[in-house]
Amino acid sequence: MNQRQDPIDYIERTRSQYDALGYEPYTWVKHSATPPWTALSKPLNEMNIALIASGGIYAHGQIAFHHKDDLSYRIIDTEIETAKLRTSHFAYDMTPARENINVVFPIDTLKSLARQGIIRSLAKRAYTFMGGIYSARKVRDLLAPHLLNALQDDEVDLALLVPA
Amino acid sequence: MGLIARHLEAAGLPTLCMSAAYSITRSVNPPRSVFLDFPLGQTCGRPDDPQERREIMQTALEQMSSLGPGEIFRLPFPFADSDEWKNTVMRPVQNSDGTRQMNDFRTPRLDSPQFQYDADRGAADPKCPSCVFISKD
Repeated sequence: MNQRQDPIDYIERTRSQYDALGYEPYTWVKHSATPPWTALSKPLNEMNIALIASGGIYAHGQIAFHHKDDLSYRIIDTEIETAKLRTSHFAYDMTPARENINVVFPIDTLKSLARQGIIRSLAKRAYTFMGGIYSARKVRDLLAPHLLNALQDDEVDLALLVPA
Repeated sequence: MGLIARHLEAAGLPTLCMSAAYSITRSVNPPRSVFLDFPLGQTCGRPDDPQERREIMQTALEQMSSLGPGEIFRLPFPFADSDEWKNTVMRPVQNSDGTRQMNDFRTPRLDSPQFQYDADRGAADPKCPSCVFISKD
């Protein structure tokens, strides 16, 4: 059978999984109005791009994430050797990420696009945290403003956000 | 991720969200997104194919300028010849003996750091200046 299926509806599957476990249904954030918008200020090949990832990535020498609504983040120097990067996350299958971190933290991919001149550069600092934070309010009111403050010193033209 | 993208964009920083979960991205409604129809945990491609990962990322970034507010571009990279892998994600699998089991990767919600390797625990700097802990008050 070669038939294509629609994308997996993770909202529906989470609901049935929670239901089977006897949990209350999770209330996902739903925004229907037009989202906030900032026009791109320059062409792609002039962009310094910041990488932000929520797959629980940390570096050897840093403190790993804990698995109970961890709101902290890690600053990763993008000059790091890729072999020093790790993952710690409560929810997803980390086997591919532990084989090659680029599947959830495309650090070498972006450096390679910079070498080819497709983007100008990968920003010096990347930011990582552990997604699956239950409270949308805490993400909006605590984590997002912290990340914005951090990015404001980094002179970046685009934030590339990569969930796991 | 979409919530953070919305916050950054509202403050004047353009964003692009990668996604492997279309319905969640549609619901949170970030400013600009690209969707890769791969399993969770492989949002940017597969571990053993750097060429495909570059093509995925380059296509994502090049499509960005054509996206309007809230649009999601579907990246044209199938995960496999067949989409059968989707049948068992977060659904019970029938074993040969007739019992059913879930492939559930979730770990207990422990509040101590969960290191990938034990050796990382000893190497971790307890003061860690690049680890930022946010006060919940």
